[in-house]
Amino acid sequence: MSEAPIKKVEGITKESTQAMIDHALEIYPEKAKKKRAPHLAPNEGEGACVKSNRKTVPGIMSARGCAYAGAKGVVWGPIRDMVHVSHGPVGCGWYSWGTRRNLVTGVNGVSQFAMQFTSDFQEKDIVYGGDKKLKTLLAEAHDLFPLAKGISVLSECPVGLIGDDINSVAKVASQELEIPVIPCNCEGFRGVSQSLGHHISNDTIRDHIIGTREFAEPETPYDIALIGDYNIGGDVWSVKPLLEEIGLNVKAVWTGDGELEKIAATHKVKLNLIHCYRSMNYMCRVMEEKYGIPWLEFNFFGPTKIRESLRKIAEYFDDNIKEKVEKAIAKYDPIMQAVIDEYRPRLEGKKVMLYVGGLRPRHTVNAYADLGMTVVGSGYEFAHGDDYERTSVEMPEATVIYDDASEHELEQFVDELRPDLIGSGIKEKYLFQKMGIPFRQMHSWDYSGPYHAYNGFPIFARDVDMAVNSPTWKLVKAPF
Amino acid sequence: MRQIAIYGKGGIGKSTTTQNTVAGLASIGKKVMIVGCDPKADSTRLILHAKAQSTVMDLVRELGTVEDLELEDVMKVGYGDVKCVESGGPEPGVGCAGRGVITAINFLEENGAYTPDLDFVFYDVLGDVVCGGFAMPIREGKAEEIYIVCSGEMMAMYAANNIAKGILKYASSGKVRLAGLICNARKTDKEYELIDALAKKLGTQMIHFVPRDNQVQRAELRRMTVIEYSPEHPQANEYRSLAQKIADNKMLVVPTPLEMEELEDLLMEFGIMEAEDESIVGVAEAAVV
Repeated sequence: MSEAPIKKVEGITKESTQAMIDHALEIYPEKAKKKRAPHLAPNEGEGACVKSNRKTVPGIMSARGCAYAGAKGVVWGPIRDMVHVSHGPVGCGWYSWGTRRNLVTGVNGVSQFAMQFTSDFQEKDIVYGGDKKLKTLLAEAHDLFPLAKGISVLSECPVGLIGDDINSVAKVASQELEIPVIPCNCEGFRGVSQSLGHHISNDTIRDHIIGTREFAEPETPYDIALIGDYNIGGDVWSVKPLLEEIGLNVKAVWTGDGELEKIAATHKVKLNLIHCYRSMNYMCRVMEEKYGIPWLEFNFFGPTKIRESLRKIAEYFDDNIKEKVEKAIAKYDPIMQAVIDEYRPRLEGKKVMLYVGGLRPRHTVNAYADLGMTVVGSGYEFAHGDDYERTSVEMPEATVIYDDASEHELEQFVDELRPDLIGSGIKEKYLFQKMGIPFRQMHSWDYSGPYHAYNGFPIFARDVDMAVNSPTWKLVKAPF
Repeated sequence: MRQIAIYGKGGIGKSTTTQNTVAGLASIGKKVMIVGCDPKADSTRLILHAKAQSTVMDLVRELGTVEDLELEDVMKVGYGDVKCVESGGPEPGVGCAGRGVITAINFLEENGAYTPDLDFVFYDVLGDVVCGGFAMPIREGKAEEIYIVCSGEMMAMYAANNIAKGILKYASSGKVRLAGLICNARKTDKEYELIDALAKKLGTQMIHFVPRDNQVQRAELRRMTVIEYSPEHPQANEYRSLAQKIADNKMLVVPTPLEMEELEDLLMEFGIMEAEDESIVGVAEAAVV
């Protein structure tokens, strides 16, 4: 059943891909063309073949988010037992409320606080500063929700502009309220994308959280932390039981359905397992340098990668774990094979294009291969060079790789490659549906999930089949 | 490393005093960095002999993002191995100068500008602390010592008192302290006594009385500090003396700013202001019979 993605796609050559890129660039003014060209390239099979993490070219309609989005939506937001304050005018907090589908357990207001907290800046707060309001709101939040384990203060743009010192307010409040109050200077205008928000948030975990708690239970050699899983559509609830089944103690999850005190004690684990490298590699490196904790990247999309990853994880442990890993693989392989037997005949040979963030543009490539599908184009909104290095080895040769792609570029590529499925975000969804091409919203698993691990793969396979083979597309005819 | 911020009314001579004092510290072997926190970017010209140093924000504007900036692009070394950085910022009337200060200081911290070999870091800050950005140099972990440059002119004293109020706010939650008033003399009446008295009322000291001397202007025309231009001149001795006093200063206080009435009382005490006489308020000179 082990399925490596095919490395050669019929009709795709370095020349054909480059010609397609050149064609897409044609319409741009000279300056924009020059800036965009290095961000688009045929896959070279190794190294980062595109330029990345650069400022978006004005006017090209980027799908990127901002530093605040990276902090609120990705790193801090999913921690369930904290109050997360969007500090500034109301819109940023409101429109980032729950949209990422990072699910949580617990009772709202008691053991989880997936609510919308904002300081709702008005004119007077801009003119006179929002520090007093922040102080009041922190006390009120603690008063209303005394069971919240901590409060994060996530700066929106205006706070950085007027220069409010949230760090000093947070420090005083932390002492007075006797809970951690964490200031995060993640103003949206900082950096070129949400990526800097991830980095800033990792730094605040480093400065305010890590090492401040200990686990209640005694240490064991099998203590690990699950890093960079945000529980989109319940992913963590699929991954954690599997890691436990192979004998590991998942002591903390960063940060899907996360708990502050467990995150704070993560310096005591023996190994950090990281899924989303882009958003959390910073803290893995910090924990490695400061506490000597090794970290391992893994991939829980699709049975082939799950199997490979489980064996890689087992290498860090004794025979006890190795045996359990083999037992788990033997148990799940037939179940996965049944899933593949059901869907593969309907999906064999179908082509996919991806444009998402974090880890999906490379991590899901093999999951599609498990279903007999080939990814013929992939790219990220906010990746860095090291992400593209990791991508080139997964993708077939000479397929198109795009960084911070514009709607125009994607439309051109899709028009030329005519994939059978596109996995991207809400901003792209309607464009491609209007082109009559099946689409899945792959930031939030399109109101479905989980997709991670053995419990996730059957759902992934069902959803992909549902999209690709929906009769809808045969019933409608696009007028263009 | 001691981090020091210099505040004071606009035009009072902060940049001149700072650079001459820093030159004085450099001349006694101290390693110093100056961080200019004023969009005018004139905090380092006497040390660098330059018209205008290219600033952090200039380069950010050119490159598009602060992430693409390198420390060596913005840090220049001048007289006495003094390291110089200017935050820079927009021309008057547009943009946000305060954010420029925040961006620049964040950049310096993230890029390792605060090396352990430094004895002093001086922040020369725009006259009026008009928004949170200009208070960035006295946030936690940054400057803990503040000197206010003032003179015997009434508005300079008002400004000094106002700055003391700002320091009080930050001192109550952090480690920032008032370290003294520097009187940059304007030759007003009873100037020494007045500023000395104001300092005492604020709970601090007049750390030095810098007499007015045209040698400062002669040096400035050559884009030099007095210490470099004419090291033997008595004015150079004044700055060296101020530098030594700052190096030795241990008097760091939480200031006790004055109410407006107290400040006016002080001026009356020294005969600068007449006792309150409501009959003269709003009456023009020509209208007095």
